[in-house]
Amino acid sequence: MSHALLMSLLVLSPLVGFTINGFCFRGHNAKIAGTIATSAMVISFLSALTLVIQLAGMPVESREIRVDFFTWIHVGALRIPMGFVVDQISAIMILIITGVGSLIHLFSVGYMSHDHTPFKFFAYLNFFVFNMLLLVLGENLLVMFVGWEGVGLCSYLLIGYWFTDGEKAAAGMKAFITNRIGDAGLLLGIFLLFQQFGTLQFATLAANAPTIAEATFGPITLACLFLFVGAMGKSAQIPLYVWLPDAMAGPTPVSALIHAATMVTAGVYMIVRLNALYVVAPTAMFVVALVGALTAVFAATIGLAQNDIKKVLAYSTVSQLGYMFLGVGVGAFGAGMFHLMTHAFFKALMFLGAGSVIHGMHHEQDMTKMGGLSKKMPITYFTFLMGWLAIIGMPPFAGFFSKDEILWQAYASPRGHIIFWIMGVVGAVCTAFYMTRLMALTFWGKSRVSKDVHPHESPPSMLIPLSVLALLSVIGGWIGIPHVISAVLPGHIPNMLEHWLEPRIVKIPSEGAHGSVILEWIFMGISVSLAGLSAWFAFFLYAKPNALLGKLTSSMGGLKTLVENKYYVDEMYFASIINPLIKASRFLWGRVDVNIIDRATYLLSDYVKQCGLGLRQLQNGNLQQYLFYMVIGLVVFLVLV
Amino acid sequence: MLEVGLTHYLILGALLFSVGLIGVLTRKNAIVILMSIELMLNAVNITFVAFGKYYANGTGSIVVFFVMTIAACEAAVGLALAVAVLKRFKEIDIKNFELLKG
Repeated sequence: MSHALLMSLLVLSPLVGFTINGFCFRGHNAKIAGTIATSAMVISFLSALTLVIQLAGMPVESREIRVDFFTWIHVGALRIPMGFVVDQISAIMILIITGVGSLIHLFSVGYMSHDHTPFKFFAYLNFFVFNMLLLVLGENLLVMFVGWEGVGLCSYLLIGYWFTDGEKAAAGMKAFITNRIGDAGLLLGIFLLFQQFGTLQFATLAANAPTIAEATFGPITLACLFLFVGAMGKSAQIPLYVWLPDAMAGPTPVSALIHAATMVTAGVYMIVRLNALYVVAPTAMFVVALVGALTAVFAATIGLAQNDIKKVLAYSTVSQLGYMFLGVGVGAFGAGMFHLMTHAFFKALMFLGAGSVIHGMHHEQDMTKMGGLSKKMPITYFTFLMGWLAIIGMPPFAGFFSKDEILWQAYASPRGHIIFWIMGVVGAVCTAFYMTRLMALTFWGKSRVSKDVHPHESPPSMLIPLSVLALLSVIGGWIGIPHVISAVLPGHIPNMLEHWLEPRIVKIPSEGAHGSVILEWIFMGISVSLAGLSAWFAFFLYAKPNALLGKLTSSMGGLKTLVENKYYVDEMYFASIINPLIKASRFLWGRVDVNIIDRATYLLSDYVKQCGLGLRQLQNGNLQQYLFYMVIGLVVFLVLV
Repeated sequence: MLEVGLTHYLILGALLFSVGLIGVLTRKNAIVILMSIELMLNAVNITFVAFGKYYANGTGSIVVFFVMTIAACEAAVGLALAVAVLKRFKEIDIKNFELLKG
């Protein structure tokens, strides 16, 4: 099939699914809605797969499939095509989006079976995928921006999907508004790049990027920083991460698809896409790495004390996104993409697993009311176990390879530093702890389930996606085995992912790179063993009733409340920004608007009214007066002539 | 001996027209207003005839016949209205015509 046809199938089939489901939005049958949406996704996935296979068959120098559908904007010299490009970077993205997306759609059929408006749900979900594909396939920043805004809209609609609950509707609004702040930055970045380069096409931008890095500060650095503000909003980094934990108000498949696997990684994708620019802006890269590292540690510590199963996963997602930014920030763009991919597998798996647990527990999310579920839900438990091993970075599961690659690069890259590595390891230790705590509270130990709830295993439509994702969480990392390991493995499996991405990634001049093979083994050993210790410690504390736990928590009472309340960040934002804003708005409304602006308009309208009253006297129906005006007019006319 | 020429006829016509106009604008009685309109029409007639004679052209005189026909029709309609208003309001003030609207 031709490229254009495949590309249309890839992009448009979710849109068609959205249209069909959107027109039937009053329907109640989740099976029909789910079948429509899921088949649209499967068609999309198959086209993506075909495209990627064709792409892989091309010679490396010209490895790119490009389809321009039409000219979107044509003003003067500016010509913006609605063009889509599949290259090494977007190939990975479309496979994740449509592949993991299909599985999540399938899962949703079971999960949403009792919902009242399943057609609406699946329509939104399909529309999200369409926008996400626009985002990653767009050949210029504007098409990407359309997708960027579209996924934000769908995220808002799906977080507030159960909008009759005020709290959930508010969570949707919070996500939307926080993202607007980021988007303002993104727009400024796009404008600045256009001013600098006169183009918005990724290919031209990369080709025209200067070869010599800017000094501390310059226009490209500024543009990169602005773009990163957009990434902070979309990918939930400090200080704009606050919306993501609240976004868990949406249905669980939404959390898996949008808030773990795809949308939140858009920021990472954008930076990888623009790597040629970031490489010449070392200051911007340093900021990216620093924010990423801080977020990785900060969010992981909050995750230690959450009791809501989805909240733990949410903070874990924020933290893992921090790792990805740490990776791209130190110049390891390939490692960032790698972690993006493995994270999509294991985090989607864990969210869906949590969804399965919540479904089986009849919408109970509090982990303190679970426990011992491994016997009641064996398949969910087993798949979750794979996700757990992957995220805490146990070899040879997927998370180990990607996380280890980032950690090593955080130290060894020319832009890296030992501090970044230490922060990464602290984050990994926290991750191992809170994930083991989650496992212990949910699946291990004695059951704390209340008598009137009878946990049950989920239907096959939910277990199949879990199993596939579990498999991917195990083997997904094997495409990016680092050199030090592959050197000792039989057969010397190369780092396929790095090799694949190589033509699209600009190399950082390598003076200042440090580290040796021995050091890499040592660092790897340290991080894995620390994470293992931490996991064991969490198991020891939470899996069985333990006196040490009480002693430990009471000995750090203040710190515990601080972490339990998420460092009071939300409260701080309210006190410092939102409440003053509300007060200022009230002042402007109550005083300025009512007293000044309204009065001015009333004055104007009164004046017009008076004029009208005056002029009304002229038109009083008196025939002779009309005649008189005519005569006057005629005389004036004659005199003038 | 004063030679009566075109100018004199035109001045007479203008004067008569003005008298008629003032009558239309100021009088309240509908009959008087109708009479004033007749006066204005005839002032125009004088002008036409005068020009016709001056240019030795028959067109002016022919137009006068048309004007007189129109004037007769107008008088018939106007007087019929006046009679109707008189029957309804017992007086023929022009202000009664305002009440006929709508």
